[in-house]
Amino acid sequence: MHAFNYHRPSSVNDAAALAAKQAEGKLLAGGQSLVQAMKLRLASPSDLIDLGAIGDLKGIKVDGGSVSIGAMTRHAEVAGSAEVKKAIPALAYLASQIGDRQVRNMGTLGGSLANADPAADYPAAVLGLGATVVTNKRKIAADDFFKGLYETALQPGEIITQVSFPAPKRAAYVKFKNPASRFAIVGVFVADTGKGVRVAVTGAGPSVFRVADMEKALGAKFAPDAVAGIKVKADGLNTDLHASAEYRAHLVTVMAKRAVEAALK
Amino acid sequence: MNAPLIGARIQRKEDYRFLTGSGQYTDDVVLPGQTYAVFVRSPHAHAKIKSIKKDKALKAPGVLAVYTGEDLAAAKVGGLPCGWLITGTDGQPMKEPPHPPLAQGKVRYVGDHVAVVVGESIEAARDGAELVEVDYEALPAVVDATKAMQKGAPALHDIAPDNKCYTWALGDKAAVDAAFAKAAHVTKLEFVNNRLIPNAIEPRAANARYSRADDSYTLYVANQNPHVERLLMTAFVLGLPEHKVRVVAPDVGGGFGSKIYLYAEDVVVTWASRQLARPVKWTAERSESFVSDAHGRDHHTLAELAMDKDGRFLGMRVHTTANLGAYLSTFASCIPTILYATLLAGQYTTPVIYCEVTAVFTNTAPVDAYRGAGRPEATYVVERLVETAAREMKLDPAEIRRRNFIRTFPYQTPVALMYDTGNYEATLDAAMNMGDVAGFARRKEEAARRGKLRGLGYACYIEACGIAPSNIAGALGARAGLFEAGEIRVHPTGSVTVFTGSHAHGQGHETTFAQVVADRLGLPIESVDVVHGDTSKILFGMGTYGSRSIAVGGTAIVKALDKIIAKGKKIAAHLMEAAESDIEYDRGVFKVAGTDKQKAFGEVAFAAYVPHNYPLDKLEPGLNENAFYDPTNFTFPAGSYVCEVEIDPDTGKTTIVKFSAVDDFGKVINPMIVEGQVHGGLTQGIGQALTEGCRYDPETGQLVTGSFTDYCIPRADDVPSYQLDTRETPCTHNPLGVKGCGEAGAIGAPAAVMNAITDALWSMGVKDLAMPATSESVWRAIHMKRAA
Ligand SMILES: Cc1cc2nc3c(=O)[nH]c(=O)nc-3n(C[C@H](O)[C@H](O)[C@H](O)COP(=O)(O)OP(=O)(O)OC[C@H]3O[C@@H](n4cnc5c(N)ncnc54)[C@H](O)[C@@H]3O)c2cc1C
Repeated sequence: MHAFNYHRPSSVNDAAALAAKQAEGKLLAGGQSLVQAMKLRLASPSDLIDLGAIGDLKGIKVDGGSVSIGAMTRHAEVAGSAEVKKAIPALAYLASQIGDRQVRNMGTLGGSLANADPAADYPAAVLGLGATVVTNKRKIAADDFFKGLYETALQPGEIITQVSFPAPKRAAYVKFKNPASRFAIVGVFVADTGKGVRVAVTGAGPSVFRVADMEKALGAKFAPDAVAGIKVKADGLNTDLHASAEYRAHLVTVMAKRAVEAALK
Repeated sequence: MNAPLIGARIQRKEDYRFLTGSGQYTDDVVLPGQTYAVFVRSPHAHAKIKSIKKDKALKAPGVLAVYTGEDLAAAKVGGLPCGWLITGTDGQPMKEPPHPPLAQGKVRYVGDHVAVVVGESIEAARDGAELVEVDYEALPAVVDATKAMQKGAPALHDIAPDNKCYTWALGDKAAVDAAFAKAAHVTKLEFVNNRLIPNAIEPRAANARYSRADDSYTLYVANQNPHVERLLMTAFVLGLPEHKVRVVAPDVGGGFGSKIYLYAEDVVVTWASRQLARPVKWTAERSESFVSDAHGRDHHTLAELAMDKDGRFLGMRVHTTANLGAYLSTFASCIPTILYATLLAGQYTTPVIYCEVTAVFTNTAPVDAYRGAGRPEATYVVERLVETAAREMKLDPAEIRRRNFIRTFPYQTPVALMYDTGNYEATLDAAMNMGDVAGFARRKEEAARRGKLRGLGYACYIEACGIAPSNIAGALGARAGLFEAGEIRVHPTGSVTVFTGSHAHGQGHETTFAQVVADRLGLPIESVDVVHGDTSKILFGMGTYGSRSIAVGGTAIVKALDKIIAKGKKIAAHLMEAAESDIEYDRGVFKVAGTDKQKAFGEVAFAAYVPHNYPLDKLEPGLNENAFYDPTNFTFPAGSYVCEVEIDPDTGKTTIVKFSAVDDFGKVINPMIVEGQVHGGLTQGIGQALTEGCRYDPETGQLVTGSFTDYCIPRADDVPSYQLDTRETPCTHNPLGVKGCGEAGAIGAPAAVMNAITDALWSMGVKDLAMPATSESVWRAIHMKRAA
């Protein structure tokens, strides 16, 4: 790790001001991705702007048909929240499947989304539920948020403040874990929103994506066999040490089917 | 009196220390004037070093020194030695290329040591290391041993242009060929025993201090055998007088073999501590451990088993290519030979066996002993062959084993070993019972109804432990002795300190050895403490590896105890005015036979140190004895494992649903500690079978599995709740009847798991599958067969 300056602002405005001033600075949330990269000297920010003291960024609110979660809310809090479990059980379950206990106690929703790891879990819920990412500057629809490998619509210094998830009629997340990291080799979030069905896939491609064919088929009939025969193309999917694109493409169908089964339970 | 302690589940004496974070590891040692070392490592698998420029690094704040291979050469620092000489089939000694602690002219694997930067802080040294400018000329690299032997492959060392270290063989080739000629059936398998990265929880570390006052050195080092480390370092590398060097291996957080060896870092920090006249510490980062700890396994093997029409084994033929990595690590040469081919009889009466091994240099990290060391590889060969043979011949896999079990002991195998005792039928019966083999068909059917595939696999392993008689080892090429030393120091008030040359790095010796001593002396265990890991405290030691500690180290302690009791009897006889021959020692009391006269152990100890009433004319005061023990044979732990898996054919994911292990470790001192060892061993064995596999990029030689994100060691939820039991056939040639238990799990588990997986897939035409059997590879095997 290289030396850096540490800041702990107490408001989003102060944090944004610091971020604007320090071009080589970085926002620090749970540190589960950023600090790892710093330890390996893959990231060497001049300044760390710790969002941990900003009360506005924390907490879970259920309001009518939606669940709003502050950017600094830890995965463990979402996983353990009685309100989330009641409103969107699939979301609480997804959070419970992230990494290990230590990671869940530190990692945050905002950090996960800003980081946009291709194998991260939250992006599947955000896109699958058609959530809205709220920043200090604007509201970004899920469909516009994820731009590619580790790439989002966020501008430099822009801070995610919360995410608003509309509660679906039924939904489920099923993840085939990477045996080493426990990230998703393939994770599929299926949501019957009441206005249609959304299917979001993480882990398989450079960025989370929707599968239109499955959404259409499930819109017609929300049952496992509706997707059992629908294959995604292996072209463009990830190939790494743990899984080839071909295997990932196959798993998308298997996980989608299982997610529908789970949503029906 | 005190209840017997041998065989009792006593809580570990070391638990409080370790569970409260009060252990003292090498990295915890901070010495006055401490400095820190960071190594510049090769980013290339193979390259010429054209130049190294130090000046920028030397100017960096806090940097004290930069040393390179040239500096070490100028100071006449020698290369790292190999402790075992293998003589090839051509009668020639193995090729021993130079192994400089810091590269000279060339680097041969990613992570090879190029320079060391010493700084006032780790950060300063690290910043300095980034400023060392090394100009490399990259060379083509080869990481696969079979490819390295091919014509035109890049040569690593001038003295081995074909990259071969040796070709070695064991057994009667002509007799084996004859056996195959008359076989009714031959089973043939070709496989890779996957390369593994050890991953001890504590990374390697070394902290050396030079004292100008008396021209002496102290090296704290995470190491499994401090005396061996000192011997190799002083005699072969640094040319220092042994008595001027103290090596301390304090608390050590796991080794699995990877901390047996003398590593470059240990030598360099020791040497540098004198140059700077300040202590120099190096602690590996995890990424460094991945590239620089000695790896394990990495065999490519063609194995054949010949049988008569009833499945009786007639002969076995094995050809193995072993990857040794870029240099010879300390014991690298004996692992794929002496500790491998000699185990190929397994538990069976195979009358003739021939094994040929070619050991090869490649542009990868050195390979050496890793939990099991040669014996897991041998067990994998034997048990995969046997299980496959049974399936091919439509025999029950348990039945084919029973038809071939060795039943009379001692038994001379055709591959040099003489098994003293065993009862293989007993462990197999027990394991089959525990694994409810009888109910398997029902469970398989039930799983099939859920769309899942079930398989059941066996492994009946044998290992040679307690390594071993020095004279035999010497005849086979060992350059060291393989005895052990122990000392019993009875204090005036009757409490006892035990000094052992064995080293504990997770094995719980402080408890087990104390149990042995307290039991034999009839003292409460609280009165006995065990000290190890410091050359200034321990008279000598060969350390801990090869499951040798209780069998060899424990016996040395027992021998010293016998001397204590013998001397105690003399003192007691004097105190009670009786004949020495009438004195009996019984659980803490010296008694005059047939009378009610007695003296407690403590009273005798007191008399030895306050010799007012003492036979000073015949006996020295004091009660302190030591013993060296060199065994007459290996010990032969053996056991039977039954593994049951369930495979999800849609994803290829394998779940181990049941694992039953029945081991014969001879006499068990502390069943709880033994179970812990078996749990760890099984888990590592399951890791090899399902998740672990070291991969280098075949073109660039970069380590692809260089972090826990990509190298998958198993977690608790990857393994089942193990069902364990033991059977005891006591070892016949040591007084405790013990055999050793440290490696068994890792030796037997891979074959059991792979036999279970291939059982599940057999009906689909899958005969063999490579380790690790990842979800994708299992899915592919199923998918290909379904598609075909
Ligand atoms: C061992 C391990 C296993 C893991 N397993 C999983 C897994 O299975 N599934 C999974 O999804 N994830 C996994 N993770 C990642 C984990 O979920 C982290 O929470 C996540 O990667 C980053 O969140 P963080 O709060 O730690 O962010 P940090 O590491 O602090 O920050 C990450 C990035 O986001 C930026 N950032 C942080 N907060 C904001 C904000 N509010 N607005 C804008 N930018 C911001 C930072 O500047 C930085 O660039 C794992 C991590 C580890 C270490």
